[in-house]
Amino acid sequence: MSTSVSRVSNLKSGSAISICKTLVQVRDVTKRFRVRSEVGADEKMTALESVSFNIAEGELVSLLGASGCGKTTLLRIVAGLISPDEGNVIVDGAAVRAPRRDLCMVFQSFGLLPWRTVMDNVALPLELDGMARSERETIAQTHIELVGLSRFERHYPHELSGGMQQRVGIARALTRKPLVLLMDEPFAALDAQTRETLQEDFIRIWKDLGTTVIFVTHSIDEALVLSDRIMIFSARPGRLVKVIDPALTKEERVDRDVRSLPEFARHRHEIRQMLRG
Amino acid sequence: MTQPSAGRSNARRQPENAPRPALSVVEWLKAHPNTIRTAAVIAFFVFWEFAARGMNTLFISYPTAIFRAAWTITESGELPQAFLTSMEPFVLGLAISIIGGVIIGVLIAQFWFIEYTLDPFINALYAVPRIALLPLIMLWAGLDVTGKVAIIVSVAIFPVIINTYSGIKDVRGNLIEIGRAYCATEWQIFTKIVLPAAVPYIMAGIRLAVGLAIIGMIVAEFFTSVSGLGGLIVLYANSFATAKLFVMIIVVGLLGAVLSELVIYIERRFSRWRVSERERY
Repeated sequence: MSTSVSRVSNLKSGSAISICKTLVQVRDVTKRFRVRSEVGADEKMTALESVSFNIAEGELVSLLGASGCGKTTLLRIVAGLISPDEGNVIVDGAAVRAPRRDLCMVFQSFGLLPWRTVMDNVALPLELDGMARSERETIAQTHIELVGLSRFERHYPHELSGGMQQRVGIARALTRKPLVLLMDEPFAALDAQTRETLQEDFIRIWKDLGTTVIFVTHSIDEALVLSDRIMIFSARPGRLVKVIDPALTKEERVDRDVRSLPEFARHRHEIRQMLRG
Repeated sequence: MTQPSAGRSNARRQPENAPRPALSVVEWLKAHPNTIRTAAVIAFFVFWEFAARGMNTLFISYPTAIFRAAWTITESGELPQAFLTSMEPFVLGLAISIIGGVIIGVLIAQFWFIEYTLDPFINALYAVPRIALLPLIMLWAGLDVTGKVAIIVSVAIFPVIINTYSGIKDVRGNLIEIGRAYCATEWQIFTKIVLPAAVPYIMAGIRLAVGLAIIGMIVAEFFTSVSGLGGLIVLYANSFATAKLFVMIIVVGLLGAVLSELVIYIERRFSRWRVSERERY
């Protein structure tokens, strides 16, 4: 994949930008869900309780926590798919009320349309924007190469492995050149080795694009390998309990076996204690 | 129809020019089921030919006589004429069933108000054996093409409606969420996600409709103005032209087989992704 990255040098810019401008503001977000309790009465379950944090432009931030801590709910609120009961999310100066073109999502279950080829799946967002076929296929082609899937343009999702399918999902999310890339446990459905390869390839792509990323995960290792900052959530009610800032520097993470660093083991131990306690 | 292809793949597994031990005749036959099938059919026809020759031709005919009868009614123009007469209401009725069925299915699946409004009527019509409605349909729509089309539609439209409906209702929520997350309009979600996802179901409904439309066509020709292929069946049966009657049965059977193979072929092309997905998981 590293070879194809160099081909899209026009997309390189992020690494040069100094990280300072606040792009995403999550302000006192609270979300409750109506659930049916065992006795049959309706009850309110607090999924998120006044969560606040800021994300700077170009940052890769992980939302880490056990299942049921509301991290996916928070991502869906940022995406505009559900609305919070209290508080709001501001991206690039405007509150998010509905899905936006500058916020693109990568799904845990890949979310590809099985009757569409890789090309048509990647070009879908641009097709929805009403872009002409030749134009959108040129852009889609660039992103298919970016994720290392050249020669698979005419394949159908079922002809690809899980890892390749998620590469398609990433390429699709990048075609609109989003301000913020939202990733909902994108590698959780993959086997351990594929997951590591995709993490490495993704961090290389991210380094070159400089896109802001919010990455939901339940894996401590994954959060450490990928992110500039880690937001640790507790469950029931979902609360932001700790921000690890910075975890490991970009230089430590890119193109290196970050898992072998002593800082990695130390952070990992700390976070594990925190999630248990 | 899946059997012969299974046979073919078995045959492929047998290496060509491989030295065969003498005992493997049984193995060879096992690997070539079509040989046995063909032999069985030929044996059946030979038995039929000689056993039926001595019987009363009012009740039974035999292969060579049937073949001669087929030639006679084809050459005289009787059969081609009847075939064309039948095709007009058949094609019209099938087209209305498919187009109307898909439209109704989409409407009741997409709009709850239409669903609740039409529900009782569709269920009631579906529950009544359509054959019981024949006299009423004839009374209203007449005995000509219109009446025949009405009868065909009354039997063939239901599988299309029901399959389209369940196909659309079955589209998984996460597929629709992709559309929402990428800011698709309701119309885009319908045309680019919901409808393509329902195509395999709709095609299965059309396959059922084709079979039912043939039955509807024959029944309509029995009961309305006696014409077309069904008309000839009645005519030959009433005049004890048993050989010709057999020809008609074979023609209708062939028509059904050819059309359903055609639909299965189209169905496969449209739902290749779905079949291979099923194999994978």
